[in-house]
Amino acid sequence: MQTFISTLIDGLSLGSLYALVALGYSMVYGIAKMLNFAHGDVIMIGIYTLFVTLGAMGTSPLMLALSALIMIAFCALLGFTIEKLAYKPLRTASPLSVLITAIGVSYLLQNIALLVFGSRQQKVPTYFSLGSIYIGSVQIELLSLLILAVTVLIMILLALFISKTKLGSAMLAVSEDKGAAQLMGINVNATISLTFVIGSALAGVGALLYAAKMPWVGPYTGSVFGIKAFAAAVFGGIGSIPGAMIGGVLIGIIEAMMNVFLPDALSNASDGFAYLVLIIMLVLKPSGLLGRKQIEKV
Amino acid sequence: MAMLEVKDLHVFYGVIEAIKGISFSVEAGEVIALIGANGAGKTTTLHTVTGLVPAKQGEILFEGKDLLKTPPHKIVEMGMAHVPEGRRIFAELSVLANLKLGAYTRRDKREIEETLEMVYERFPRLKERRGQIAGTLSGGEQQMLAMGRALMSRPKIILMDEPSMGLSPLYVSQIFAIIEEIRKTGTTVLLVEQNAKKALEIADRAYVLETGNIALEGNARELMENDSVKRAYLGE
Ligand SMILES: Nc1ncnc2c1ncn2[C@@H]1O[C@H](COP(=O)(O)OP(=O)(O)O)[C@@H](O)[C@H]1O
Ligand SMILES: [Mg+2]
Repeated sequence: MQTFISTLIDGLSLGSLYALVALGYSMVYGIAKMLNFAHGDVIMIGIYTLFVTLGAMGTSPLMLALSALIMIAFCALLGFTIEKLAYKPLRTASPLSVLITAIGVSYLLQNIALLVFGSRQQKVPTYFSLGSIYIGSVQIELLSLLILAVTVLIMILLALFISKTKLGSAMLAVSEDKGAAQLMGINVNATISLTFVIGSALAGVGALLYAAKMPWVGPYTGSVFGIKAFAAAVFGGIGSIPGAMIGGVLIGIIEAMMNVFLPDALSNASDGFAYLVLIIMLVLKPSGLLGRKQIEKV
Repeated sequence: MAMLEVKDLHVFYGVIEAIKGISFSVEAGEVIALIGANGAGKTTTLHTVTGLVPAKQGEILFEGKDLLKTPPHKIVEMGMAHVPEGRRIFAELSVLANLKLGAYTRRDKREIEETLEMVYERFPRLKERRGQIAGTLSGGEQQMLAMGRALMSRPKIILMDEPSMGLSPLYVSQIFAIIEEIRKTGTTVLLVEQNAKKALEIADRAYVLETGNIALEGNARELMENDSVKRAYLGE
């Protein structure tokens, strides 16, 4: 029972990391109607940025805060630049061209990392050592709780931003009908840029929490993690914010449980099980758990 | 100077020329009808005016300013609203959210509230249903929402693309009555219609579009008496 509860909490925190990253996929898909395959690689670049800044400036609280800010800003800028240079020129191109470009951007980022840092995994200096607490005999890592809390907070802020602000209403309008949004006087390109900036900043927050939990980074760290977050986004219903949260948490819990409770011979296959669940989901409900049916436009 | 002046406009979809050098003008306070068969280029013309479709050549002057050189999202702020073909309301948002998006470029909250009240007065049905998801409205109500949404920007000129399409006769009369009211407030109207009879009845002047060219133009009453118009568009 103790193992079950602590594994559950572990899965919750891993899952909320997936959820944060799934949000980026989901928002961009909802508004630009494209799969930004490079999203996971933005996380990887974020972790390398931490590796460099923390290595140079140390991990005192002030320097940590500064590093985190620099890194998140850098991720946001990277997302903005990727959209401007790679995706914006393809606004009227076929979805397939956009998809191939996105895969190309993903490889580009991986290769830049490979060139600069080499293929060896690098260790990010430890910056959060929060320890654990015991509730009864159940050991709970404080970091897990922190990750969960930060994710929930961000989800709430994002939902408020979208439902209460003018920019949020512009995002909703653009996601439904770009032409009609433009007729309202909404700057569609700026709205899409903003979506990439927010999604990439969230990837930055994801990088900060990820590296606190798993302080190793290589050129492919982001894409492996990103694919699972993407699966979470699809699972919850791509385009839906609560869907990303639920999808992420479910995939996280499944993965954590599989790692602990599967017989040793099968535990390496835990990733496979996450995808199996995804496939079953898509067969049963192709739009995902909270996905809306596509409304046909005339 | 005309409020809206289109000069020698050419528009292409790929290699196909949909608009082949048309010119027309709209004076402040007029109701202008643009009629023509399916595929004549009416929608393309309106879409080019509000920047949804790029032009190959020509000029579109709105109060002297060339719209082809204006970022499309700035056009609303200049005083032009467009009720697009097929209504294109935001189906997943509430009626109120749709109306508020119509006022997206305006800043003064109090003035926006006033306009909202005015729109509700004109369309009491929208007030009743303000919390409802727009996609669940009937076709006629959606058309009213699209018109109300356009009015929320307080336009000087309003472009309407087939507002009566697919509506029951009762709603069609209502829509035309509303257009008449809009004209009375001094707002200029450029009306695209497949219902040529109703459009010519309400319009001051009209242009007849045929496969990307203006075939006829003139006083709406006179066009109603024109034999070829009668045969082709009035079914007489
Ligand atoms: N998006 C498009 N791509 C290619 N051709 C188009 C497109 N939209 C319209 N057309 C063509 O342009 C011509 C004019 O269409 P349209 O402006 O919609 O006419 P109308 O509104 O008068 O019915 C038609 O031949 C139509 O097939
Ligand atoms: Mg049309």
